[in-house]
Amino acid sequence: MAKNKKMNRTARTYLTSFLLVAIFYGAVELIKFSGHLTSKATGLLIPVCAYIMMAISLNLVVGFLGELSLGHAAFMSAGAFVGVFFYNTAGASLPGWLSVVLAFVIGGIAAGIFGVIVGVPVLRLSGDYLAIVTLAFGEILKNVLNSLYIGVDSAGVHFSLKDQFSLNMEPTGKVLMKGAMGITGIKKFSYFSVGILLIVLTLIFVLNLMNSRAGRAITAIRDDEIAAKSVGINLTSYKLMAFVSSAVIAGLSGVLYALNFASLVAKKFDYNLSINILVMVVLGGMGSIPGAIVAAVILTVLPEMLRGFSQYRMFIYSIVLIVMMLFNRAPAFVAWRQRLGLKIHTKKNGNSGSTAEDGKKEE
Amino acid sequence: MKKFICVAMTGALAASFVVSASAADAIKIGGIGPTTGPAAIYGTAAMYGEQIAVDEVNAAGGAVQFDWKFEDDTHDAETSVNAYNSLKDWGMQILAGTVTTNPCLAVGAEAVNDNMFVMTPSASSQDVIDTGDNIFQICFTDPNQGTASADYISQKGLGTKIGVIYNSSDAYSSGINTNFQAEAANVGLEVVANEAFTDDNSTDLTTQVQACKDAGADLIFLPIYYTPASQILKAANDMGYAPKFFGCDGLDGILAVDGFDTSLAEGVMLLTPFVATAQDDATKAFVEKYKEVSGGDVPNQFAADAYDVVKVIAQAGEQAGITADMSASDICEALKATITDPSFSYDGLTGSGMTWDASGAVSKDPKGMIIENGEYQPIDEAGAEASTEAATEAE
Amino acid sequence: MQFLSYLVRGISLGSVYALIALGYTMVYGIAKMLNFAHGDIIMVGGYVVFFAFCQGGMNPWLAVILAIAACTLLGITIEKVAYKPLRGAPSLAVLITAIGVSYFLQNGAMLLWSSEPKSFTSVVSLPALNLFGGKLQISAETLVTIAASVVIMVALIWFVNKTRPGHAMQAVSEDRGAAQLMGINVNGIISLTFAIGSGLAAIAGALLLSSYPTLVPTTGAMPGIKAFVAAVFGGIGSIPGAFLGGILLGIIENLSKAYISTQLSDAIVFLVLIVVLLVKPSGLLGKKQTVKV
Repeated sequence: MAKNKKMNRTARTYLTSFLLVAIFYGAVELIKFSGHLTSKATGLLIPVCAYIMMAISLNLVVGFLGELSLGHAAFMSAGAFVGVFFYNTAGASLPGWLSVVLAFVIGGIAAGIFGVIVGVPVLRLSGDYLAIVTLAFGEILKNVLNSLYIGVDSAGVHFSLKDQFSLNMEPTGKVLMKGAMGITGIKKFSYFSVGILLIVLTLIFVLNLMNSRAGRAITAIRDDEIAAKSVGINLTSYKLMAFVSSAVIAGLSGVLYALNFASLVAKKFDYNLSINILVMVVLGGMGSIPGAIVAAVILTVLPEMLRGFSQYRMFIYSIVLIVMMLFNRAPAFVAWRQRLGLKIHTKKNGNSGSTAEDGKKEE
Repeated sequence: MKKFICVAMTGALAASFVVSASAADAIKIGGIGPTTGPAAIYGTAAMYGEQIAVDEVNAAGGAVQFDWKFEDDTHDAETSVNAYNSLKDWGMQILAGTVTTNPCLAVGAEAVNDNMFVMTPSASSQDVIDTGDNIFQICFTDPNQGTASADYISQKGLGTKIGVIYNSSDAYSSGINTNFQAEAANVGLEVVANEAFTDDNSTDLTTQVQACKDAGADLIFLPIYYTPASQILKAANDMGYAPKFFGCDGLDGILAVDGFDTSLAEGVMLLTPFVATAQDDATKAFVEKYKEVSGGDVPNQFAADAYDVVKVIAQAGEQAGITADMSASDICEALKATITDPSFSYDGLTGSGMTWDASGAVSKDPKGMIIENGEYQPIDEAGAEASTEAATEAE
Repeated sequence: MQFLSYLVRGISLGSVYALIALGYTMVYGIAKMLNFAHGDIIMVGGYVVFFAFCQGGMNPWLAVILAIAACTLLGITIEKVAYKPLRGAPSLAVLITAIGVSYFLQNGAMLLWSSEPKSFTSVVSLPALNLFGGKLQISAETLVTIAASVVIMVALIWFVNKTRPGHAMQAVSEDRGAAQLMGINVNGIISLTFAIGSGLAAIAGALLLSSYPTLVPTTGAMPGIKAFVAAVFGGIGSIPGAFLGGILLGIIENLSKAYISTQLSDAIVFLVLIVVLLVKPSGLLGKKQTVKV
């Protein structure tokens, strides 16, 4: 299987990815139609969609571009806050559908702008800098949002980075953003179909990007930066293209996520969330889109499945995580599975997934 | 192999998400709070508190019997909504939660849709009860606590130059601080230092204490939980700085911190509805039972608040005549009507003569306490009354 | 004088970061992995000292030695069970497993010792140093932590440069394959690195908690991340760099708390980090890497 020609592999990625989404959508709709979908499952649908998008988005950076991002949740956060801020303020006077569409557009653009701000200085350099800088960026954004207060009264808009009291608002004024309390009173907009639609659009975009001229240039950069440079590929601009696209997708996912809950806080999008998304990408097989989708679903749902264990829940989750990584990635296990003669994706994914850098380090 | 696992997992997922009906003879009451993660102390305490109350209610054999389940939310809104939905699948009819504020806002919005009766032990933001008329609090709201504290300090002349150290990344703490600042300006208290910390940079709190010292504060207001407070007390002691300390209900529990030198807390004042060392029978019995279920811990105010929540619901439920075969929405309407009725009042661990109005806020007396010889003592009766007036005004 | 005392507080915090960063940088330099569980090993060390010394009344030296032994054992076990099987797999896979181990330790500690905070008694029982007639106070914990990190830094530099296992470590760090061909027991060296790193974590835990006494299962998480940042700041893989990075990070954090904003001190720390990396990508004392074609 692994020896298939590139065209076939591309076609298969397309097919598997869309098939997975179609099965996911179909199964959920079917159970919902038959009236057997539990509240828990219903509540999980939108977060799962958002995390699938995040996993695809991060996969673009980690698997495809070969750079490590440890602060991807920050782009989700940027999209969520900007999009929802608009939705809650200016959007409130617009017709419902228009305000939602605009929230997505604005959230996506905002995340994209942050992508440019982070990407332009960093992507010129090669090495692990992106990992550290994105980690730092995530912490900065979280800290700033956590102490940002915005209020509006008849005198206009007030800002403060200290506390609500320093806004000096009139008593009738409305506080729109309350630091650690974040944005509250969000009118919920959660439709599973919208989530699926966004995933499909993301997939179309990402798969086309990967198979375009630009995509091949990006792959070339990942596999050998110096060789790519020597044939005249503009490293920074292609890297930036992939990175900013990824940020925009993360921003859209953030808006989708935030509209599903009545309150939004910056603390949610911390380093742990970034890491969780990275876990999805690595577990699914770096560079493998279908893998990322499946891993996103499993890792979102797993802690919920473990509710029966009450306090032992997260403890068991950690063990499952370690075991899954060992089983999926440990060379001894991989060899053992191959000896069993099973058809395994891992081999192929493992190869295309280990970035140029990993290759260098590990060989 | 891998595919097989995928299929197996998907199967397990599907199975766990298919509705199953269950018969009921007891009313299903759910609880939500963080029992894992950094906020686990609060949720775990609330869980044990509810457990004790449910056992008592069931053992008493009244008309209302409870079937109880507590779910973890790791202090995260998304997980909290998952916990809520999970409890709904289980058949929950009343929610005794959510313990922390931000998750409570998200869950509250869901509960409003379902018209589920919610009483939170400790989510103290005003926004929580503003979410809907089915959401009630047993704790003071943050505005209430902040205002009452400022009034209390000014009326009793406890300090002239006030320093504040608060957790800006925590909704509870920053909520109280906001209102404290506003009221301090009203009553003419001079706030000389307003120092924040966040969950992330709370390793070292000496700089904030130093800033208060340098500003010449003679009273430090601590609208924070007892864990960082114990660190602040030690830091102040280490630098030979001895201002008065004044806190809110979050400070209760400080004497029970394992290994904490309680002499550092000498003279600390706090406005709290519950103290674990109180000598009344109800508190003593509760502390005893709590030690039993938790394996030796001393209950904090979260445990007491959660205990009271279940007891209030039981009392109101019996009065309203709710039964297990009623829908969650019918129960909610019945409880709402009973609990907001002026004739309804509840005496519990965290106050006596508690009443509720339609806003969902509780009306009860905060007690001004001072730590002396490692024990809580009431500051004095007059002080408590004064602050009650302030508390009522604040509503 | 005020400035000086803020500076001293910064150095105090920084010396703790430095101590943790030394462990981070060792493991990264030799095993080429970010051991995200490092902070949690500190927490375990803290609990061992707490139960042995603060509650058990054991001699503080013995308690710290006990913690070192426990953490070394823990570090070696973690390495054998969770990291070693992944040797040869992409480095990211090990990173994820390290995160799993970090969750494991935090949640395990919560189940074992409950999430109720413990208040730590300082293992240092010396009086504070008073300068300028008591206007400037330097706590004994600070002095001991600084002394400990300097001693450990010097010892590590000596060990790596002057001893046989140290040379082997350098070889493994330079080129693992070549080192193996030269007859170096690569797995043994990596285990040794983890043992040293974890032992250092125990010392860091005892000193971190002596200065900042709140002990909960998540105690190690944030100092761990900050120490990682400190290691990057100073140039990851460089032993003096980790020390310098730690001290500077503590100073920046505390001075920005004192003079700019207590809420945004972390944001400022990370901003400085980004600026430093853009100007000097290999960190303050990091070796410049040349890429061979």
